Amino acid sequence: MNHPYIPHTEADIQRMLDRIGLKTIDELYADVPESVVFKKEYDLPPSLSETEIRRLFNELGAKNRRLTIFAGNGAYDHYAPSVIPYLIERSEFITAYTPYQPEVAQGTLRYIFEYQSLICELTGMECSNASMYDGPTAAAESMFMALAATKKKTRVLISETLLPQVRKVMHTYAKYRGVTLDTIPATDGTTDLAALQAELETDNVAAVLIPSVNRYGIIEDCTGIAEMVHARKGLLMMYADPSALAVIRTPGEWGADIVCGEAQSLGLPLHFGGPYLGFLACRKEWVRKLPGRVVGATTDTDGKRAFVLTLQAREQHIRREKANSNICSNQSLMALYVTIYLSLMGKQGLKEVNDLSYGGAHHLYDRLLETGLFEPVFSRPFLKEFVLKSKLPAENVHHALLDAGILGAIPTEEGYVSFCVTEQRTPEDIDRLLAVIKTLKP
Amino acid sequence: MKYYDKLIFEWSHEGRRGYSLPATPWSNTTDELPARLKRNTDTGLPEVSEPDVVRHYTNLSNMNFGVDTGFYPLGSCTMKYNPKINEEVAALPSFTSLHPLQPAETVQGALQLYYELNRALASLTGMAECTINPFAGAHGELTGLMVMRQYHMKRGDLKRTRIIVPDSAHGTNPASAAVCGLEVVEVKSTPQGTIDLNSLRPLLDDTIAGIMMTNPNTLGLFETEICEIASLVHECGGLLYYDGANMNPLLGVCRPGDMGFDIIHLNLHKTFSTPHGGGGPGAGAVGVAAHLTDYLPNPRVMRNEEGVFTVCDHEDAAGQISGFLGNFGVAMRAYAYIRSLGREYIRQVGPLAILGANYIKESLKDCYKLPIPGLCKHEFVFDGLINKETGVTTLDVAKRLLDYGYHSPTIYFPLLFHQSIMIEPTETESPETIDRFIEVMRLIADEATTEPELVKTAPHNTPIRRLDETTAAKHPVLRYAELSSEN
Repeated sequence: MNHPYIPHTEADIQRMLDRIGLKTIDELYADVPESVVFKKEYDLPPSLSETEIRRLFNELGAKNRRLTIFAGNGAYDHYAPSVIPYLIERSEFITAYTPYQPEVAQGTLRYIFEYQSLICELTGMECSNASMYDGPTAAAESMFMALAATKKKTRVLISETLLPQVRKVMHTYAKYRGVTLDTIPATDGTTDLAALQAELETDNVAAVLIPSVNRYGIIEDCTGIAEMVHARKGLLMMYADPSALAVIRTPGEWGADIVCGEAQSLGLPLHFGGPYLGFLACRKEWVRKLPGRVVGATTDTDGKRAFVLTLQAREQHIRREKANSNICSNQSLMALYVTIYLSLMGKQGLKEVNDLSYGGAHHLYDRLLETGLFEPVFSRPFLKEFVLKSKLPAENVHHALLDAGILGAIPTEEGYVSFCVTEQRTPEDIDRLLAVIKTLKP
Repeated sequence: MKYYDKLIFEWSHEGRRGYSLPATPWSNTTDELPARLKRNTDTGLPEVSEPDVVRHYTNLSNMNFGVDTGFYPLGSCTMKYNPKINEEVAALPSFTSLHPLQPAETVQGALQLYYELNRALASLTGMAECTINPFAGAHGELTGLMVMRQYHMKRGDLKRTRIIVPDSAHGTNPASAAVCGLEVVEVKSTPQGTIDLNSLRPLLDDTIAGIMMTNPNTLGLFETEICEIASLVHECGGLLYYDGANMNPLLGVCRPGDMGFDIIHLNLHKTFSTPHGGGGPGAGAVGVAAHLTDYLPNPRVMRNEEGVFTVCDHEDAAGQISGFLGNFGVAMRAYAYIRSLGREYIRQVGPLAILGANYIKESLKDCYKLPIPGLCKHEFVFDGLINKETGVTTLDVAKRLLDYGYHSPTIYFPLLFHQSIMIEPTETESPETIDRFIEVMRLIADEATTEPELVKTAPHNTPIRRLDETTAAKHPVLRYAELSSEN
């Protein structure tokens, strides 16, 4: 019996072997040394039918618990219009490779061009690449990009207010490439500007990375930072939540040179952490330092408007060991996902997403303080996430919510509890969370 | 395929919308944020109705060629069929709704899947343990090299900062090495296309961290002296890295671990059938031999004695290379594929992939120049047409294939030949499909002699013709605002 994915019958195999002039299929790997030929059984169960695959995945799924999400920390439970999965699953999109043959890949190339345009609009930058893996790796690549752009400088500064996973990935990348990566401490929930100024005095700082909305949910006030960094001939890089950029001041408006971040917030499913979508954008003067695929507009020999992978002299397949990045495959289909999301949501929709999230988060913040079990930590403007000091052990609050099917009160590095509210959370969800909190004894 | 010229911005009409959200139950809005923190400029997002969006992207898809459209013999990319059941199970809400910070006790099914895929990949490759955190092949390479460096660093062997890469390697190999802070030392190939041991021996000293290889190599040739190479590299204190882009022909034939490789990566979007998505998301699982498991990146999924799955960090890990546990949705698809084939059918993959490649090679070698005769594995390389007098190049042949409804093979790679055409059929293509492709390749070879202009000006039947790539690079127009301001 043939497997449905493998069409060759015994007769087919014999006919093909005849053409090659061989007798048995084993002769095809006569050049493989006998000592390494695998003659045992793989440690795998036998083949499953489609019905059994469905059952297996449903059984595995049943071992997961679906929670009401009041958590963020770099992954957000936002609404996504129902048409998106239908469109991205079109086989012409999903079963295509990287668009190396532009004559038969204009669909992919056009949506990447649209994606780049939308990322530029949101961030206030002039160039975007075709996508990165996720936010943390985009941040690590932006670090290498800044070092290449400011040749003689060797040091990069990052704010302590960045998400822990962003800092960890950047430290890992920096360690092996020999980059000095130092952390600017936080003060009152935002980047300590006096500490930043002091670090900049050393004069070998290539770039500084500051989050636009930080891990406490606070919108960082970046007044004066670009001037401070540029005065020492460094670059300002910002780590942004692109969803928030519909309402908050953009990195472009703050004077940033490079913007990176995680675009999962643009409606991508939580999916246990991936696939997500890193993004990386910059001012035009740095475009030749931008890693990864970039799509540009051109015309074909008949003068028709067309799109093509361009500026490839930057990339690994041309530059090999001289390339500044090794990225090849990225997250193209997720770029299509957010392109469709932004097309549907448009100007007004993304503003409403932020208003609903902001309204819900502030409502929950006030009600939690009213319970008397929490104290405020910071008094700065926040968007959809916030932290509080809990009078009960953070873990106890977190677990009490879990028992009620709610993911919230995520303990932070400092022992605070963090909450996030998106437009997906209803007043009833919030009441249910508050009801659990009110059962807790101080 | 049909030409369609619009961009989504050109559908925009003030006041239209494509979303539906509930009215706000809350009293606060972002309007109350301090002015200095608020956006002052227009977002520039389009305003489009739902049907217009659906039609726009459907029309865009009609200009694309995928594996589901037709034969896609792109060498080194393993464009096999992408099973649809994989898409169905990967979209189950019992997985897509999981937040990555959910405690382990609430995601036991997801962790079990991650763990079992990890074990299956370990068995298929002969490695001790894997991570599925890396997002793509190149990311797997970087992760694997970090493991290699961490191993040397933890032993205090700090001068091992050079890595050997063959001249036939994928471009990502030297690039990944450089990003990992390693100096690349190139080793030459013999005229027979495999690594030259005489070039290799003098390179091996106590500054060598290891060697990166793919086997079969990018010419589709099996490195028959692999055992000798492994012992030489190990004797000098280095490690062997296996680039799994070419793993497909090894399924059912042999395992990198048994050849002496210490670290491998796998492209789940090649060997394990997950869709390429127009350039990702992929997954670049990394496997290591027993002496390197401590250095795999964090976070890790473990199974304790009671069969409970946990997520933990190891203090000796090479670090953290992803926000969470990688492209989990891609891992789900790969797992469905492996379970569907099971231990009996997965053995057929390699031999049948090899059979198809040799069949094409033997059927075309009288028209196309075969630089290295003999058996190939899953892919092989022609150095253009045999008849070079007409001036028809590899690029022309590739473009003419598009006219006949085939995707082009990989061209101008590997760099060892001037007119490389690299063909990889995969085991999911039927002999009839392969026969039709051979007919078309022979037809193009004829056309190159009888009507060379027809081939040189191809494609003729695609939505657009050849592009002006020079202007695109000289005067980059990378976003709609620049495009619209030009008009």
